[in-house]
Amino acid sequence: MWDLITNLQLGLSVAGSLKNMGLCFLGCLIGTLIGVLPGVGPIATIAMLLPLTFGLDPVGALIMLAGIYYGAQYGGSTTAILVNIPGEATAVVTVLDGHQMAKQGRAGIALGIAAIGSFIAGTIATIIIAAAAKPLTTLALLFGPADYFALMVLGLMFAVVLARGSVPKAIAMIFFGILLSTVGTDIETGEERLTFGWMEIADGIDFAVIAMGMFGFAEILRNLEHKEARAVVSAKIGRLLPNMADLKVSLAPILRGTAIGSILGFLPGNGAVLGPFASYSTEKKIAKDPSRFGRGAIEGVAGPESANNAGAQTAFIPLLTLGIPPNAVMALMIGAMTIHGIVPGPQIITKQPELFWGMIASMWIGNLMLLIINLPLIGIWVRLLQVPYRLMFPAIIIFCCIGIYSINNSPTEVLLTAAFGLFGYLLIKLGFEVAPLLLGFVLGRLMEEKLRQAMVISRGSLWTFIDRPVSLALLVLTLVILVASALPAIRKSRETVFTE
Amino acid sequence: MNITRRTAIAAIAALGVTAVPAVAQQYPTKPITAIVPFAAGGPTDVVTRLVTEHMSRTLGQQIVVENIGGAGGSIGMTRAAAAAPDGYTIAVGNMGTQSAAPALYPNLKYDPATSFTQISVVNFTPQTIVSKKTLEPKDLKELLAYLKANSEKLNYGHAGVGSISYVSGFVFNAQFGFKPALVAYKGTGPALNDLVGGQIDYMVDQSLNVIPQITAGTIKAYAVAHPERIAALPDVPTTKELGVDFIFSAWNAMVAPKGLPKDIQDKLLDALSKAMDDPTIIKRYEELGSTAPKGADRGPAGLQKLVESEVARITPVLKAAAAK
Repeated sequence: MWDLITNLQLGLSVAGSLKNMGLCFLGCLIGTLIGVLPGVGPIATIAMLLPLTFGLDPVGALIMLAGIYYGAQYGGSTTAILVNIPGEATAVVTVLDGHQMAKQGRAGIALGIAAIGSFIAGTIATIIIAAAAKPLTTLALLFGPADYFALMVLGLMFAVVLARGSVPKAIAMIFFGILLSTVGTDIETGEERLTFGWMEIADGIDFAVIAMGMFGFAEILRNLEHKEARAVVSAKIGRLLPNMADLKVSLAPILRGTAIGSILGFLPGNGAVLGPFASYSTEKKIAKDPSRFGRGAIEGVAGPESANNAGAQTAFIPLLTLGIPPNAVMALMIGAMTIHGIVPGPQIITKQPELFWGMIASMWIGNLMLLIINLPLIGIWVRLLQVPYRLMFPAIIIFCCIGIYSINNSPTEVLLTAAFGLFGYLLIKLGFEVAPLLLGFVLGRLMEEKLRQAMVISRGSLWTFIDRPVSLALLVLTLVILVASALPAIRKSRETVFTE
Repeated sequence: MNITRRTAIAAIAALGVTAVPAVAQQYPTKPITAIVPFAAGGPTDVVTRLVTEHMSRTLGQQIVVENIGGAGGSIGMTRAAAAAPDGYTIAVGNMGTQSAAPALYPNLKYDPATSFTQISVVNFTPQTIVSKKTLEPKDLKELLAYLKANSEKLNYGHAGVGSISYVSGFVFNAQFGFKPALVAYKGTGPALNDLVGGQIDYMVDQSLNVIPQITAGTIKAYAVAHPERIAALPDVPTTKELGVDFIFSAWNAMVAPKGLPKDIQDKLLDALSKAMDDPTIIKRYEELGSTAPKGADRGPAGLQKLVESEVARITPVLKAAAAK
């Protein structure tokens, strides 16, 4: 305990220096602005800004880059709430209720609760990293491919809960999502699948291409059906910030979301994407009136946003304690460290304590700055919604196209996004929901990878999923949830749970 | 009017032959794009950023790194091969894109040996033979005997078809007749994670990736597949000193589209050479377990020879595997 305090003191003395505070602020500000632009994600931004950090000392550079990362993570939810575009997998669920809230004139409240929830989650996650990074790493290493696969199966359950309308349609969408995720190079044989000889999709379709097409572009097409010039939000804009009543409703979801996000965040292989989905499903399951979800329930924003931010931060654990990146952004951070002459690895804590603890302390400072940056910005963002739609939608499309192009510098992906836009519009017209498809897409990729690894390691024996305690526990949990969901159906009151 | 303008242009174009040196003397007059055919943050990206930052200072123009990932690097290299050979587009490929790709991608639109103007190898990174911490054998000899007896029960992890750890593992396993199950990961990070966690048994991967884990004792190192010990791993013996015939280095190489004027090629090589001889970069290379090409290995001829010999060595192994 005493160690923790002296260590945090060291961290705060590093991160609290005027220069590092400035860099942290700059990172958070750039991150927020970049995150707001649809599609321009943290990866493209960090890659672009990397050369600018060459002149800085390593600690300052990493503090700034980390600021960009969680700033972008946060900024992404702004776009999700305001214009219905999830820039990243983690923002998909924020769209569901966040954008509905915006349509009802409660955009300010949604943005506010996202900021406050993120701050609380960030604070708790910082403490978790500082206090338990090492034991958590040991725990994460117990997680093998088989356990990971079981976790993904559990994740698929969330996709069903996510749906508002008919369950068969939701399941169809999940499977279609999984199918889309199989496009690209076969992981074991290197053979291309469903690419039609098209090299651009040899590595699969990018998540942003589908998300932006099916949410962003499809929403624009649907809005354009109405002849009258309308703003994104037709209703009057109400309060700009959440009041005490909103906070009271949101507190429990924020704490639950933080717990869920933190746990999933430190697992290897980008478990953080599951956090918001898990949080949303939990909130919907335990809510007294689940039908409010998808229609602007504040818990549906507070929980997932907290889970998102907590996961974004605990994802630093494997990076800081092992030097192994759990996702693409973290891989980039490792590259940045290497360029700055730090070889990231398990010894970083003992060899460079000022870097390790400085980074951790800067995360908390960064979260505080995000709150300071974002609360005043809410007014501006909300006013953006009043811009006439005929001006707004071309701007959205242009920014989306730039964003998509920036991912791989590929024009083909921009065209592909347009195609998904048309397809998404068709789905909306036919009463299918897009969110389960996206979750299926995200999970499908991880599931296939982990399933095949597990099967190769076990030489094709399915018992591996039962033999391993973690995997067994997760599969039993899935079964319990499945039965619990099916029970009301047996009692013939299924409608109250699943349908509108 | 039109005709005179056209003749004027033709005349200028004809003069172009003599005009080139004058233009080239000024090269570069605008920023240069360096295509890295992999995601930012990977080994090729890191090395490229290290040397191009130094080269920018020598050339007096910014070299902007552009990451065009996908299909094991072949998308970025295809784009580089098709660019104008004016010196404003260069690329840094690796052993995968410049040697293994023809065997892996039947529809590959470039030939590593003929589609580029070679500039130079940028660095060599020797492969290191590593295993999970709990694997029994204590040294390389024991490991080889152990693998000989048990390899069919063991799991070899690699970072995906076409990756360096895939190719080097293939060559290693084929040479000694080992038949482990191959577990494919998406990238080195996840594979290494499972090696540290003991889910997979052994790997042959770039020292750059495994040094931190070896020094921390989270994985076991048996040998560096290189003639000399590397500075970052002074205690790990080499395959050569142990008398095991397995030398394998990953490498990155700077190339430009085919048809690059000789003087621009020289200018780029000169700037790259200066970067590779810079004490700071030499030190960074050491930390990464990497070495800069020296003597005949440096420069276009050395690279051309390397590409041809590696294609000849790797292709039959990969083709034989695919035929199975």
